[in-house]
Amino acid sequence: MTELETLESGLLADVAAASDEAAIEAVRVAALGKKGSVSELLKTLGTMSPEERQTRGAAINALKTRVTDAINARKTALRDAAIDARLKAETVDVSLPVRSSPAERGRIHPISQIVDEITAIFADMGFSIAEGPDVETDYYNFTALNFPEGHPAREMHDTFFFPADENGDRKVLRTHTSPVQVRTMEAQKPPIRIIIPGKTYRQDSDATHSPMFHQVEGLVVDRKANVANMRWVLEEFCKAFFEVDSVTMRFRPSFFPFTEPSFEVDIQCDRSSGPIVKFGEGTDWMEILGCGMVHPNVLRAGGLDPDEYQGFAWGMGLDRIAMLKYGMPDLRDFFNADVRWLSHYGFRPLDMPTLFGGLSA
Amino acid sequence: MKFTLSWLKDHLDTDASLDEICEKLTAIGLEVEDVDDKAAFKPFVIAKVVSAEQHPNADKLRVLMVDTGKGDPIQVVCGAPNARAGLIGAFAAPGTYVPGIDVTLSVGNIRGVESRGMMCSEKELEISDNHDGIIELPADAPVGASYAGYAGLDDPVIEINLTPNRPDCTSIYGIARDLAASGLGTLKTPKAASFKVEGETPVKVKLELGGDDHLCPGFALRLVRGVRNGPSPRWMQQRLIAIGLRPINALVDITNYMTFDQGRPLHVFDAAKVKGDLVVRRAGEGEKVLALDTREYTLNPANVVISDDNGVESIGGIMGGEHSGCDENTVDVLIESALWDPMNIAKTGRSHGIITDARYRFERGVDPEYMVPGLERATELVLELCGGVPAKADVVGYKGYTPKVVDFPFSEVKRLTGLDVSEAESANILTRLGFTVTGSGERVSVAVPSWRPDVDGKADLVEEVMRIHGVDNIKPAALESHAAVNGRILTTLQIRTRLAKRALAARGMLEAVTWSFIPKAHAELFGGGAPSLALSNPIASDMSDMRPSLLPGLLAAAQRNADKGYGDVALFEVSGTYENDRPEGQRRVAGGVRRGTATLAGSGRLWSNAAKGGGKPVDVYDAKADALAVIEACGLPMGNVQIEPGAPGWYHPGRSGTIKMGPKIVLGYFGEFHPKTLGALDVSGALCGFEIFIDAMPEPKKKATRTKPALDLSPFQAVKRDFAFVVDKTVEAGAIVRAATGADRKLISAVNVFDVFEGASLGEGKKSVAIEVVIQPVDKTLTDEDFEALTARIVGNVLKTTGGTLRA
Repeated sequence: MTELETLESGLLADVAAASDEAAIEAVRVAALGKKGSVSELLKTLGTMSPEERQTRGAAINALKTRVTDAINARKTALRDAAIDARLKAETVDVSLPVRSSPAERGRIHPISQIVDEITAIFADMGFSIAEGPDVETDYYNFTALNFPEGHPAREMHDTFFFPADENGDRKVLRTHTSPVQVRTMEAQKPPIRIIIPGKTYRQDSDATHSPMFHQVEGLVVDRKANVANMRWVLEEFCKAFFEVDSVTMRFRPSFFPFTEPSFEVDIQCDRSSGPIVKFGEGTDWMEILGCGMVHPNVLRAGGLDPDEYQGFAWGMGLDRIAMLKYGMPDLRDFFNADVRWLSHYGFRPLDMPTLFGGLSA
Repeated sequence: MKFTLSWLKDHLDTDASLDEICEKLTAIGLEVEDVDDKAAFKPFVIAKVVSAEQHPNADKLRVLMVDTGKGDPIQVVCGAPNARAGLIGAFAAPGTYVPGIDVTLSVGNIRGVESRGMMCSEKELEISDNHDGIIELPADAPVGASYAGYAGLDDPVIEINLTPNRPDCTSIYGIARDLAASGLGTLKTPKAASFKVEGETPVKVKLELGGDDHLCPGFALRLVRGVRNGPSPRWMQQRLIAIGLRPINALVDITNYMTFDQGRPLHVFDAAKVKGDLVVRRAGEGEKVLALDTREYTLNPANVVISDDNGVESIGGIMGGEHSGCDENTVDVLIESALWDPMNIAKTGRSHGIITDARYRFERGVDPEYMVPGLERATELVLELCGGVPAKADVVGYKGYTPKVVDFPFSEVKRLTGLDVSEAESANILTRLGFTVTGSGERVSVAVPSWRPDVDGKADLVEEVMRIHGVDNIKPAALESHAAVNGRILTTLQIRTRLAKRALAARGMLEAVTWSFIPKAHAELFGGGAPSLALSNPIASDMSDMRPSLLPGLLAAAQRNADKGYGDVALFEVSGTYENDRPEGQRRVAGGVRRGTATLAGSGRLWSNAAKGGGKPVDVYDAKADALAVIEACGLPMGNVQIEPGAPGWYHPGRSGTIKMGPKIVLGYFGEFHPKTLGALDVSGALCGFEIFIDAMPEPKKKATRTKPALDLSPFQAVKRDFAFVVDKTVEAGAIVRAATGADRKLISAVNVFDVFEGASLGEGKKSVAIEVVIQPVDKTLTDEDFEALTARIVGNVLKTTGGTLRA
């Protein structure tokens, strides 16, 4: 074995034996540092004859390259091993639970969601939203809506009353959202296209009646809105709201003091599968809303001439259509604030009903 | 309103099927609520007992052989005492459902003898309560025929849900008239009554209403002498039973029959029990009457009564008196056919809680023109069923009917409904309904018949034409489009309401809808309970007062959930509260409550917070974050929002705050609650809450452009410097932040409080507040001198405004 071979095998053995980055660095310095064994050999190149340089010089350079490569390779391997060891030490149990996003836990009440769904639909038809007070005067709740004083129809409303004031007038909790019709006509000239969602109150309580409930009312007043338009609006609404391709609706002549002619409207559905009602199919009828042409006396109460202006109005139970669409069995649960009910029937805050994204997910 | 098919056909000549009739009724506005086609009675047949032998194993049973008109006699075991050979009765074969005992028959074996069916009692067929024996029919009853058909039990019963505007259809005749007008048959015109009268009605009627004659616009009375008042005939009883009335005696049954047949309520007095003349007058205060329902009513002057020398004999138009009622001993009968004021009838009936078929009709409006014809028809029925001699009727008060006349352009039909109905067809429909159309051309005069008090104007006539012509003929027509993309439709308040809801739900809270009315004690705890907002007729004592705040309802809801085992709840509501009874007194509030450990991050224990002993109970800062989130979501500039310590009395005085915008606008409150308030509400646990008054937020300033201000990014590195100040414990951290920020509004871009420390080392009543100041150089890199100068200004400002010194 030549001197060079001995040196090389010794260095390569040192490289292989280096067990960490400090050790390999020591090997490097010992071999390739200023006074390293290989560096010392390289320094001898200048004293060599050209022939000697060609053979021995080349051998020394080759030795340097091999040792350098071996050191670098060892360095990389040691660094990788160190990283691997650290990563291994840093391993955690990823099966441990994390918190859900608040936005995933929070819920919007079905009533709010339904109002947003209805808003999306009617906004598309050019309606805006009107609101009015819950505590109403007898005038707006009854008289202006063509309920004559003492009329049996007033009695059918199971009204909540407040004490009479010094003039003997009693405020009421509005029994329907219709007072906002007249308030709107007083405040705004036609054309009027509004929907009126809101709380309503009647002194009545059982599985399908609650002393507080919600209605949504619609009103269109212009110079030509007629029953045919009303049919179209309500059919389009029901299709969009129940998210079905077609609905069959039956308009039955009926009576409300504030509309003439008046109708009750049934929607054809399939109730054969128990509490789940399917629209757009089946042979059953379910009453869903009341509507009619605004009574001339109501237009007059709103300051409009019934020979010049005409329009239609409708009203339906918001809680009821929510139940029909989403299947809640009991109206009273809507107002109990039971977190299990709210979590189950409520909607996620980012599920915002739009027409472009679909009303419900 | 109930009636039977055969009864309807007394007045309507039609071939239409039951289904067709029901469909048409609904289509013209007489909504069919229920139909009983009596199919349940179809299987019962008339059968004859051929032989009846003693049962071999039972004393009280007999073994019958029954001829059902088909095939061999059938063996039936029967326990009825009257079961005997030769009896003709009603037989039910195995498989038949027997309504009176709610059993479907099968082939039975009774004490060892096979029984293939049943001979029925009246009770078993729900004809009467009679269960003493099986039905016995006359010898000429056709064996093998349907029993129901023979006995009139197969007459379908139709119930319509009558709207309050249609008094004319409180009569079966009126319903027939509507159906005939709709083309479903021909209305049968009733024969005019004809009988001979003898003498005067000796009892006179006096209207003594002190000028309020409208309370009784007419009164007709007739005496019929020498009647025999027994049970009414079977056909009449069957009809009355079918519609749910109990037959009493012929005279009373006639009045009930007329009530439904013609919508003409009548009353019959036993003339022998009437003393003196009949006086129609207001009742005296406290005057009593024992009515036909055997209850005593205490009357008042708002009630109109018919009285004689004995006192009150009848509550006019509502219910007769027990004293002068007719029974089987009645010989001379006085028949009353009168008119009453609808409003007064409604009020009187309501105030005494009396619901009768008479009240139902009079409060809707009884046809005045039928007052006298109704008396004639009733007299005829009395003569027919009870015999007797009629006297001349005494009619007082009635001034005749002047029809309302409506000026009607036929074009109204098209204008309001979109329907194309020819003028001739419109006129024809109105005529068929009894209206009188005069004039010609586009505009006519339409006289309203006496039985339609509901029809006042053009729109009413449009409805008549439309419903008879057919609502289904109206084809949907699109509402005119605005021919443009819709602009924003929501108001600022509506937008903010939506945003507040979504923002709070996105903070993990559940939206509740709680009652607008709460217990008075709760309302008072939160500054409410004013008499003007207390319901006069609450549905329950704990739903009595309009809420002044959303918090009591939410706190109670949180406790209800806790009581069910769900103690960590975060609830909110965005809705109305009520400051007074005017429209502007209704506020729009976003309120929320967190309970237990229901913080933004999540509730309950988790391995990651185990070191802190599990979930942290909610506190004032959770409520503050929720409150500010609402304000942020609503788009208010947060720089203008100030927090002041303290809030109304229901909050914890040291752990609550008021959020203001400028000196005047209170945006809301947040905090933990006063223990006395929680105690009074009977709720417990860690609780915090807030209320933000969305309606108090000012409208955003109108912006001239949608362009956002130019973004000027500094090229110089931002630097952070920490300071810790020792201040008196009472100094608010907010004051230190403001002072530091004010040191150089150009360079300092943010000041964050990152530690608050209290300890003995600082001295009594002191605390340390550590802040991080973010410095963003604008036009050059800052030198050490620049930093020193800025630091001096910060320290100086804090010292000046808060007395704070740098912590050593």
